[in-house]
Amino acid sequence: MASRVMIVKNAYHDSVTLMSLSGKVLGIEGVEDAVVSMATAMNKELLANIGLMTSDAEHASENDLIIAIKGESDQIVEQALDFINKALYSKKDNKTQADSQPVKTLNAAIKALPEANMAVISVPGAYAAREARHALNTGLNVMIFSDNVSIEQERELKEMGRNKGLFVMGPDCGTAIINQAGLCFANKVQQGSIGLVAASGTGLQEVAVQIDRMGYGITQAIGTGGRDLYEDIGGIMMIEGIKALEQDDQTKVITLISKPPSKAVQDKILSELKYVTKPVVVNFLDGEREAVESIGASFAPTLIEAARLSVKLIDPTASVSDQLDYSVIEWAKEKISQQHDQQRYVRGLFCGGTLTSEALSIMRGMGESVKSNVAKVGKEKIENILVSQGHSLLDMGDDDFTKGKPHPMIEPSLRNDRILQEAKDPETAVLLLDFELGYGSHEDPVGESLETIKDAIAIAQQADREISVIAYICGTPADKQDYQEQEKRLSEAGVLVANSNEMASRIACMIAKKEVI
Amino acid sequence: MRDTKNLFNQPLNVINIGTAKFKEDFDLQNIASVHLDWQPPAGGNMQLIEALDAFQDHEKVEQANQETIKRMKDAHPFLVDIDQAREVIPGMHSKKILHSGPPITWERMCGPAKGAIIGAVLYEGWADNEQSAERLASSGELEFAPANEHGAVGPMAGIISPSMPVHIIENREHGNRAYCTVNEGLGKVLRFGANAKEVLDRLKWIETTFAPALKKALAFTDGIDLKSITSQALHMGDECHNRNKASTSLFYREIIEYFLQTDLDKHTLREVIRFIKDNEHYFLNLSMPACKSALDAGQGIPYSTVVTTMARNGVDFGIRVSGLNENQWFTAPANFVKGLFFPGYKEGDAAPDLGDSTITETMGIGGFAMGGSPAIVQFVGGEVEDAIAYSEQMYEITTGENTNYSIPTLNFRGGAYGIDIRKVIDTNILPVINTGMAHREAGVGQVGAGIVHPPLACFEKALLAFVKTYRGDRNE
Repeated sequence: MASRVMIVKNAYHDSVTLMSLSGKVLGIEGVEDAVVSMATAMNKELLANIGLMTSDAEHASENDLIIAIKGESDQIVEQALDFINKALYSKKDNKTQADSQPVKTLNAAIKALPEANMAVISVPGAYAAREARHALNTGLNVMIFSDNVSIEQERELKEMGRNKGLFVMGPDCGTAIINQAGLCFANKVQQGSIGLVAASGTGLQEVAVQIDRMGYGITQAIGTGGRDLYEDIGGIMMIEGIKALEQDDQTKVITLISKPPSKAVQDKILSELKYVTKPVVVNFLDGEREAVESIGASFAPTLIEAARLSVKLIDPTASVSDQLDYSVIEWAKEKISQQHDQQRYVRGLFCGGTLTSEALSIMRGMGESVKSNVAKVGKEKIENILVSQGHSLLDMGDDDFTKGKPHPMIEPSLRNDRILQEAKDPETAVLLLDFELGYGSHEDPVGESLETIKDAIAIAQQADREISVIAYICGTPADKQDYQEQEKRLSEAGVLVANSNEMASRIACMIAKKEVI
Repeated sequence: MRDTKNLFNQPLNVINIGTAKFKEDFDLQNIASVHLDWQPPAGGNMQLIEALDAFQDHEKVEQANQETIKRMKDAHPFLVDIDQAREVIPGMHSKKILHSGPPITWERMCGPAKGAIIGAVLYEGWADNEQSAERLASSGELEFAPANEHGAVGPMAGIISPSMPVHIIENREHGNRAYCTVNEGLGKVLRFGANAKEVLDRLKWIETTFAPALKKALAFTDGIDLKSITSQALHMGDECHNRNKASTSLFYREIIEYFLQTDLDKHTLREVIRFIKDNEHYFLNLSMPACKSALDAGQGIPYSTVVTTMARNGVDFGIRVSGLNENQWFTAPANFVKGLFFPGYKEGDAAPDLGDSTITETMGIGGFAMGGSPAIVQFVGGEVEDAIAYSEQMYEITTGENTNYSIPTLNFRGGAYGIDIRKVIDTNILPVINTGMAHREAGVGQVGAGIVHPPLACFEKALLAFVKTYRGDRNE
């Protein structure tokens, strides 16, 4: 076994680049452990955990880069280092003479792009508010992908944006589609006349994708960040988004997506909607129907329902059936017939947080008791995220799982170990998985987990069990990853690919309950 | 143009601040976008970031900085006379030796500075051999002080001893004066620490023949307008730090007629004017004090965050700031110059960054104007594009544009000037300096030239001191 730990002083690289690089280095045959990260306290702890802490590393500052490799031989370690160097410094080679000088300040960026109207900010949270403030002062709308921004800063920024008539999407805003341009994690969907405002990233993606599948399209998809409807913020961005869509001639229907806000914030949003002349669909997941309907808006309890209602408002003749296909029912029946009595539970391993919530809502609606790390009510909260019990739906993109690691939408392989763990559990009836396509997401999410899924099925078979694997691919045929190809590979491996997250959840639940409705 | 009402009706143009991965997807969608190669401000030091935020967009600071650069720009330096240092430099006395850079003791001085001081002791006749000169220098009997604290500047070791003649520059706008020795030329020279007989003989000749001759010539002038020469030379390929060909020629053209009006004998006349003609760095020792006179005029403006001095002594790099005490230096170990070495020399031969010539960069010429000086770019091992990029980048850390000193290759845009310590910390962009390299041992001379930056720590210390001084006035 050989190892090497290097500290590169004052060499800042962004965490997404470094984390995906770490992942690639781990993929080199013979490499056992690899840390390529800035020397933050947390990353130093990671380093210590894998036994690679050195005194140099101990003294490194947050601005220094740690490169640590453990591998089978010196040769392997050298090979990995070489790979890292190439990955970190190759960009320079690709640059043409004309733009060989990197843009280092906002002023220089604006000089290079005088028409700039949007800043997408994904710097570490501690710095994000500062960058956003500069951008707003320069007259730019901002989308803040970064998380770990304080709620006070969020409020300050949103008030500042409101005063200036500028959008402040985020912090922790993963998805937006503005003028048909996908920002961060976004699918390529058709242009249409439904305007979306969402406090949820994958929720926004799913509604946009489902609208697209029904043959309709969107005007804008405005992200607000997950805390916009908290009382401290009071839905500032959602209200600004509603107003902007109300004024937008292209938008015919406005659809809001969020977890249910507190009563005070809900009242505020709903009272704002009284001034809106366009039809509005409100999806407060598991929220109260009466309050929404009392002001004349349509209430959607789930994401898919939000998509259906929105489409119906655009075109009352649209066919938006929630019926399961015959072939799907047959598949489910066959699976049920093959399963042991012991196999009673759905094990959902999700990358999308709101998709997890929607699955939870749907299974609860089917009378099941479900545990999840996204649950809001005490009895649904999972006790130990490392061990599934009963029906378990896990958002693997939650902080509990992603500390020091990339989000599984960027690195879906992070879910693989857990897939195998669930396959070994004799109580697992169904593995429920989601795959996100679109900008920002991994280039080949299915490819990252396909072999693991096959192994999982085989592991169960060796123990004389059949497990059902049901997947939902949140994506459109226009997404860069090639939807058809992703679907085909899953189907060939024996995975049922459902048309929506809702359908995937329903079938999974039916198989686990062993009753087809 | 930039508001949400119209946002939906215009193409999205994105500035991507953070991970480059998102930029790749913008490119895939053909969205016009620029990736900002983001680095944590102030190296991620929260204390400094708070300091920045406390004085960002601060009305008093902005006004003070505008006033500082106005004074720097308005300054109008003329060469008016030449005389011995002891006669004209305020605070100079018969046992004082001025040196370049921030304050330093004999023990800590670099090789070239020690060599030059030994040379100066021999030149003054305070000792008759090297050993006893060194003994005297280390005895504590001599006082060493930064030239910059005496209205003076000196290239490289920058040694000024009492008998040395100095150019007298008068800033006619503000009335202050600045001083600098006569440039000795290249090769074995005192400023690189050489102190052999030929070096001392030349210094004596400058004192006894050259300086009196120039004094006579200058007496016929109304002063030589150095601001005018500098701004013309910047349009002729000089940056007036490492390239002074055009400026020296312009100076020669100005002064020659006045030499001819003197009563000098033909032999002396020829010797003196040939000395100027053969030394293409003659003007460096006029460019530097001209800048010095402007920067001294900008010193002492309360609330100003503009840098008024950058100087190195071969050990430390030091800066001073207009709004802070003029005797308060912010120092950190000087960097090594990165660049080309003359044949026979290699990295490791050079002393760390040395000399007061960075007064030119402080004024916004020298390295800052490199983009307009293609010849020097070759000399410092870069491409012309790199030099232009350096000059453009300096706008990021400066307060204004000096239209008196414009840069042809930037479409005659006024050069970036008035280095703002806040902007340096905020952007992590350091002032660019192009400079010669001295051999680390005394007397060997120049070994190469290249590019160097001040240590960031100088600016960090200065900003923290600024916050301490003006604490009560911070932004809410």
